[in-house]
Amino acid sequence: MRTFISTLLLIFACHGLMANEAAPLAEDPAVEQRLITISEEMRCLVCQNESLAGSRSDLANDLRAQIRTMIKAGKSNVEIRQYMVDRYGDFVLYRPPVKPTTWLLWLGPFTILLIGIIGLLMYLRQRNTSMDSKTLSDEENRRLDVLLNTVETEFKKDARP
Amino acid sequence: MNPRLLIPLILFIFLVAFLAIGLSRDPREVPSPLIGKPAPNFEIGQLAEPQKMFSPESMKGRVWMLNVWASWCVACREEHPLLIEFSKTKTLPIIGLDYKDQRADAMTMLLREGNPYTLSAFDGNGRVGIDYGVYGVPETYVIDKAGVIRYKNIGPITPEILKEKISPLIAELNQS
Repeated sequence: MRTFISTLLLIFACHGLMANEAAPLAEDPAVEQRLITISEEMRCLVCQNESLAGSRSDLANDLRAQIRTMIKAGKSNVEIRQYMVDRYGDFVLYRPPVKPTTWLLWLGPFTILLIGIIGLLMYLRQRNTSMDSKTLSDEENRRLDVLLNTVETEFKKDARP
Repeated sequence: MNPRLLIPLILFIFLVAFLAIGLSRDPREVPSPLIGKPAPNFEIGQLAEPQKMFSPESMKGRVWMLNVWASWCVACREEHPLLIEFSKTKTLPIIGLDYKDQRADAMTMLLREGNPYTLSAFDGNGRVGIDYGVYGVPETYVIDKAGVIRYKNIGPITPEILKEKISPLIAELNQS
């Protein structure tokens, strides 16, 4: 157990290191902190599975430099985000805005979950009612007797020494 | 056969269709928010003559093409012969934007492989590239007479794209 926990701790520690990997040598810590906060929310367009904060691509370097300049120029986070969206579209954001084109993206999973739950409930209810209401008709009872009798006679036949 | 047994099959087909569409789309093709917007203006020196400036303003009234390229970019070389062929038709001015390049390297490439460009602007630090949302060279923009971006192609132009998309668009834009 102890090994497990220390492994976990090690993984988390490494994770922290990796997340900060591409942060440039800090000039103004406050600016760098904001830069990291902003760029972690953005996708690197070149290596699309990396954030702008973590990417070492040339474009990511340029864009981080651009964001840094904008922070120093006193731009707000919203303005900087808008600057990036104006150029690269919503795709640059890891958290896309809720609007008609992204409704499916935002609501799709919940809709599917809801459909699944409704389907399951309908199935369960139907199964319950069908189990409750099953009584045999006279005809079915007669056939059941015949079947049981046959089984019994066969069994007796086999059981003879 | 109970028709309700078909429901899982239908759902499965839907799922497969969705995944197939998702897989066949190119994740590198990011729709540009710039289409339908005025081409960002800039004023930078030209590649061959640094003291001479180029600005998209000067292209007002003409349909033109902005092709972002670089000597270090392999896909640009792939596209280059097609651009040269296309430039011979004199359909429209093709302006190059030499992106994050060394002047000497870029000039050498144009000397060796031909120059399809009316002129190239030199964007050594990539600042203009950022304004145009460039993230993978080559990228090509078709800009109309009013200076509005009407089309963006990411990656090398192929003969099909040129024939089916770009040429008809240019013809249409030239008429208006």
